[in-house]
Amino acid sequence: MNLSLDPTRCQGYGLCAEAFTAIELDEFGYAVQRRLPLADADLDAARAAVAACPNSALRIEK
Amino acid sequence: MLTAQLDSAPALLRRVEAAGLRGRGGAGFPLARKLRAVRDAGLAAGLAPVTVANGEEGEPGSVKDKYLLRQRPHEVLDGLTLAARMVGAGHAYVYVSDPVSAAAVTAAVRSRTDPLGIEVIEVEHAYVAGEESAVVRRIDGGPALPTAKPPRPFERGVGGAPTLVSNVETLARLAALARGERTDRLLLTVSGAGLLPRLYEVPEGMALGELVRVHLGDTRPRGLMLRGLMLGGLAGGIHTPAILPAPLSFDSLAAAGAALGCGAIHLIGPDQCPVAVVRDALSYLAEQSARQCGVCVTGTSRLAATMTKAAQGVATAADLDALERWAVMLPGRGACGLLDAAARLAGSLTVSFPGALAAHMAGPCAGPCAGCTQARGSIAVPVVPRTAEKVPT
Repeated sequence: MNLSLDPTRCQGYGLCAEAFTAIELDEFGYAVQRRLPLADADLDAARAAVAACPNSALRIEK
Repeated sequence: MLTAQLDSAPALLRRVEAAGLRGRGGAGFPLARKLRAVRDAGLAAGLAPVTVANGEEGEPGSVKDKYLLRQRPHEVLDGLTLAARMVGAGHAYVYVSDPVSAAAVTAAVRSRTDPLGIEVIEVEHAYVAGEESAVVRRIDGGPALPTAKPPRPFERGVGGAPTLVSNVETLARLAALARGERTDRLLLTVSGAGLLPRLYEVPEGMALGELVRVHLGDTRPRGLMLRGLMLGGLAGGIHTPAILPAPLSFDSLAAAGAALGCGAIHLIGPDQCPVAVVRDALSYLAEQSARQCGVCVTGTSRLAATMTKAAQGVATAADLDALERWAVMLPGRGACGLLDAAARLAGSLTVSFPGALAAHMAGPCAGPCAGCTQARGSIAVPVVPRTAEKVPT
């Protein structure tokens, strides 16, 4: 499974990176990874990141 | 009009593959692979694909697509018809922003008796309006703005159907191939250096310097009259005359760290400052950002603002470091290629003209360069000619 980012929606709130530390933010505050492979152990944190984004920029895809 | 009516679609597809025909919209993607992907996606989904002739030449320094649509619309429509047959499409569009092109191609469509329904879609010109996902979005009734990928149009495009979005020159080459003509010809727009812009048709593989020599119209040693060049449109970066021996082909220019792109070549004359030229291009790209991706809004505006400081001679060492850092950090981050173009331009300046940037630490250019101290210059848009000049003649 992957965590995928829609860059047209990312506005750099940065809440995702607080929920899931594997998400990197660049120096402007935008999420860097377009597609982040997820291990089973990451799923809860990834779901929390998806829920945390005020602009629904993240999505978990199979 | 079509001599290839007797050639079956699979046979023509094999010929496209053998000819190595690549897309002329900028990316140089192999046409055979794209045709096959759309055809197969249509079969898998049980949907008739859609084909689009993309004539929305977003690149300000390129006129080849407008020239083809205005002067040779039937070649584009022949190619569109062939492509539609090869992917099994039931409906086709010509997507265009130039009003003269739209009128010419509309008249051409009316004069034909193709069984294929061809609709001309007009869009307002913008740098990103010709990006393939923006094309699909606009034809579906939305704004001409890129969307996040996947899905790409070949998977899900117009009306949800697999869609072939193909540049109009690519389609004209496809029609030429079907007629048994050579396809290893390139349409190139050469502008800049205070000379009249011209459109050329050259054999692929000819040295870039040979074309530049013809354009400059003298026999002086190559490079003497030039300070640099922007190749492949704004997305291809800025280069020194050291690039001139490179052959004009997708692979050779890529190997030389440049790009053929859509074939727009902008010359920088001896009295022009590369820092000011890049500043103007970055300002244009920042203005043309679709303002969807946050990273593009911030990235292009920071690049343009920092390059403006550099041109004015007030950039700090930290600013120049930031330009190099952003050039690496920003590509691949946006939904379309605009941010990549801006990052690549800034990065190519730091690589090709490190001395020019360093010299601006002490202030704007002295001497013949007038560009540095201006607030900013404009991006020249060449007039569309009636003919393409063949080189060598």
